[in-house]
Amino acid sequence: MAFSTVGEFFAMGNHGLYVWTAYAVGAAVILFNVMSPRRLKKKLILDQKRRERREQV
Amino acid sequence: MMLALAQMMRRELSLANRRRADLANPLFFFLIVVSLFPIGVTPDLEKLSEMAPGVLWVAALLASLLSLDLLFRHDYEDGSLEQMLLSSVPPQLLVLCKILSHWLVTGLPLTLLSPLLSVMLALPGSALPLLMLTLALGTLTLSLLGSIGAALTVGLRKGGLLLTILIMPLFVPVIIFGTSAIQAFVNGMPWVAQLSLLGAIAAGAFVVSPWLTVAALDVTVGD
Amino acid sequence: MWQMFVRWFHKWSSPKWFYEMSRPWSFWLGWAAVLLIATALVWGLAFSPVERVQGNSYRIIFLHVPAAFLAQAIYMTIAIAGAVGLVWRIKLAFYAAKQCVPIGTSMALLALITGAIWGKPTWGAWWVWDARLTSMLILLLLYLGLWALQNAMERQESGDRAAAILALVGVVNIPIIKFSVNWWNTLHQPATLKISSAAPMHVSMLIPLLMSILGFYLAFGAWMLIRTRLEILDREKKAKWAQEEIKRLEAN
Repeated sequence: MAFSTVGEFFAMGNHGLYVWTAYAVGAAVILFNVMSPRRLKKKLILDQKRRERREQV
Repeated sequence: MMLALAQMMRRELSLANRRRADLANPLFFFLIVVSLFPIGVTPDLEKLSEMAPGVLWVAALLASLLSLDLLFRHDYEDGSLEQMLLSSVPPQLLVLCKILSHWLVTGLPLTLLSPLLSVMLALPGSALPLLMLTLALGTLTLSLLGSIGAALTVGLRKGGLLLTILIMPLFVPVIIFGTSAIQAFVNGMPWVAQLSLLGAIAAGAFVVSPWLTVAALDVTVGD
Repeated sequence: MWQMFVRWFHKWSSPKWFYEMSRPWSFWLGWAAVLLIATALVWGLAFSPVERVQGNSYRIIFLHVPAAFLAQAIYMTIAIAGAVGLVWRIKLAFYAAKQCVPIGTSMALLALITGAIWGKPTWGAWWVWDARLTSMLILLLLYLGLWALQNAMERQESGDRAAAILALVGVVNIPIIKFSVNWWNTLHQPATLKISSAAPMHVSMLIPLLMSILGFYLAFGAWMLIRTRLEILDREKKAKWAQEEIKRLEAN
């Protein structure tokens, strides 16, 4: 362990703002890559439903 | 075949001659962009002369890029591009003819205009021959590389802007070597290496780009 | 031997076969990536020792370097997939190349943003025209060009092939761009502090860094598989099997 208290861990020796902002951006990018396939999937399902409705008419 | 190529060249040049306004536009653009810099940044001649190689280069490239959009457009719209791809002459050679004539009607005039504008930016007069030489090589490379982009975007209505986005990042090395050759010369440092790298890139593009352009036209003309 | 390879190659290049066979892969790749990245980041954030010169800000390296590696590797992947698609007319390669573009763009963006944030405490400025940052910026522009071209084409097949040609031109250019940017950089800024080349790395920094890099590669594999599978369904939506598969996805 490089830090002795939790407070020190979050402060990162006065570099906390930089380190945690960078990690927040990293989390956002990972989240984007995890979530965007779900949006693709939803679009596929919607398209399929629309197609079926058209075929029934 | 040589006859066909000569005919092609003559056709291109006479077509360009008929659209004189299109020819003049890149030159006007070049003039305007270069004169905006002293107005926007500073009229201080010492600072301007420091910026001059970069400003002249970037402005000349943007001017040349603007006209690249039309490289294949008219031929695409009237169907003669499709004929070209199907003719008995290798289409790569025909494309090379078009590229060279594009350079003759835009890159070369821009190069010839550049000494005039370099005076306005207080570039030392001794650097003029090198400025013109690098600009001639740079605009030729841009015509060569840009023809790939023009071929990729020929079928699109708003191809011009897209073409700029596609080609500009690829053009970074040429800008770097071109401007740094002039800067090195002005500062009394060795500049031959940059110039020969510029020449090497132009030669590489000369060999590769007709093939890639034809490959791109095969994709887009059928679209 | 060669014939076996060709047969294997053709089998795998069929979108339907690939769709069915790749199902378990994304699951295992994904979970291995989660495990690796989580371990690496906790280790790097909390347990690795403080760097002597840069203090704690160096801990951004565990995100920055993997993202930068991946951004370059993904562009190579796109170019290779594009070449395979153009030469052997394999649709699957185009699907994969297309779905790599958003992942690669996000990684280039992450590398740039973390690089800028890292630059502030290290160089005292958010943006320094450092050779690596500049090269990464140009790589991001190349990605944006690919994306713009794919979306501009009316027929997807033309967009695929056009983007493949552009990716090939780009991949030939990348080493030239890097060389020229390095040249330009040493010319103008001889005195920038080189990150990570100052001292040999402590083992307790190196291991989590390598783990993080590996984890990001695996995550890319998982994301690419998931996205390519969805792209297959989208392009083959006229086929009965794809429609049934979409319905199955909806039921889950």
